Amino acid sequence: MIFGLEFPPIENLVEWPNVFGPEGSWYGFNKIALINFVALAATTVLFLVAGRSKGLVPKGARNLVESGVAFIRDGIIMETVGKDGIRYLPYLVSLFFFIFITNIFEVIPFFHMPGNARMAGPAVLALITWVYFIAVGLKHQGLKYFWNSVAPPGVPKALLPLVIPIELLSTFIVRPFSLAVRLFANMLAGHILLVTFSVLCITLFSATLLALVLPFSFAMLVGLTGFEIMVAFLQAYIFTILAAVYIGSSMHAEH
Amino acid sequence: MSMLAQIAYDATSKAEAQAITASGYAGLAYGLATLGPGIGIGYLVGQSVQAMARQPEAAGMVRTTMFLGIAFTEALALIGFVVFILLKFV
Repeated sequence: MIFGLEFPPIENLVEWPNVFGPEGSWYGFNKIALINFVALAATTVLFLVAGRSKGLVPKGARNLVESGVAFIRDGIIMETVGKDGIRYLPYLVSLFFFIFITNIFEVIPFFHMPGNARMAGPAVLALITWVYFIAVGLKHQGLKYFWNSVAPPGVPKALLPLVIPIELLSTFIVRPFSLAVRLFANMLAGHILLVTFSVLCITLFSATLLALVLPFSFAMLVGLTGFEIMVAFLQAYIFTILAAVYIGSSMHAEH
Repeated sequence: MSMLAQIAYDATSKAEAQAITASGYAGLAYGLATLGPGIGIGYLVGQSVQAMARQPEAAGMVRTTMFLGIAFTEALALIGFVVFILLKFV
């Protein structure tokens, strides 16, 4: 209670009851699962529709998808990995579009919940990326990949006992953890911000004297909604660019 | 003012007082966690803008690297945010 205004506890913001299936079971289906399924279907349908369209000049869905693919090829892969990385374009494109669509549910009416504001979604995406860049390293360098990634060439022998644990920790443990936490915390923070100002608007609507603050609160809500659209895009971009950097770093030994 | 605070403190139960202290520390933890990344991101973006102004043809490369650096620097602040949530609500 602040100034007689009641705010809901945080459990109400991120925990959703199951539509079917008991709470806590693996097949329980709630809003987050629905958002993830819708995002999966939307990504698939978008690419199917874009792939079906014929003609020389792209328009509609194909235009959108082509500019997205070109953005990821020229803006992400060519800048961080180089020409060798083009073969990993499909993974990065699907990652980008899936993350962006799950994030953008934060501002879509009736959903108003980013799918990545629960830890499970980002954790799974980070784990897939983790397995992917280790697999790429094994494919390009063989078993020497593990040695190359923990002991960069050029390090003096005397420093190796210090360098190996640090590199081991930062490459194989901190990387997936920070990928997941970055996406999760950004989306959760944005969701909490939007909810705070929406709840403020609703409670101020019935307040008497404090209703004078309502226009400011509403203006803030509108501005933050635009900001969150930008954050949804930026987080998808950052996740993809980091995945590209990790894949690129496991393609060639550092030198 | 401090007398009022003392009265309010005496009136609350022990569990409530503990919860209040915990939220205070949670806020303090998050405040501390923002300091380093704030300075870091400010310095990083400032230097990147300088680099882009000096060499506009390298702007694309600088921008990509800038976002990478921001992502790494920001991670600390975000871990601070998660710790704040954990301290306050779990």
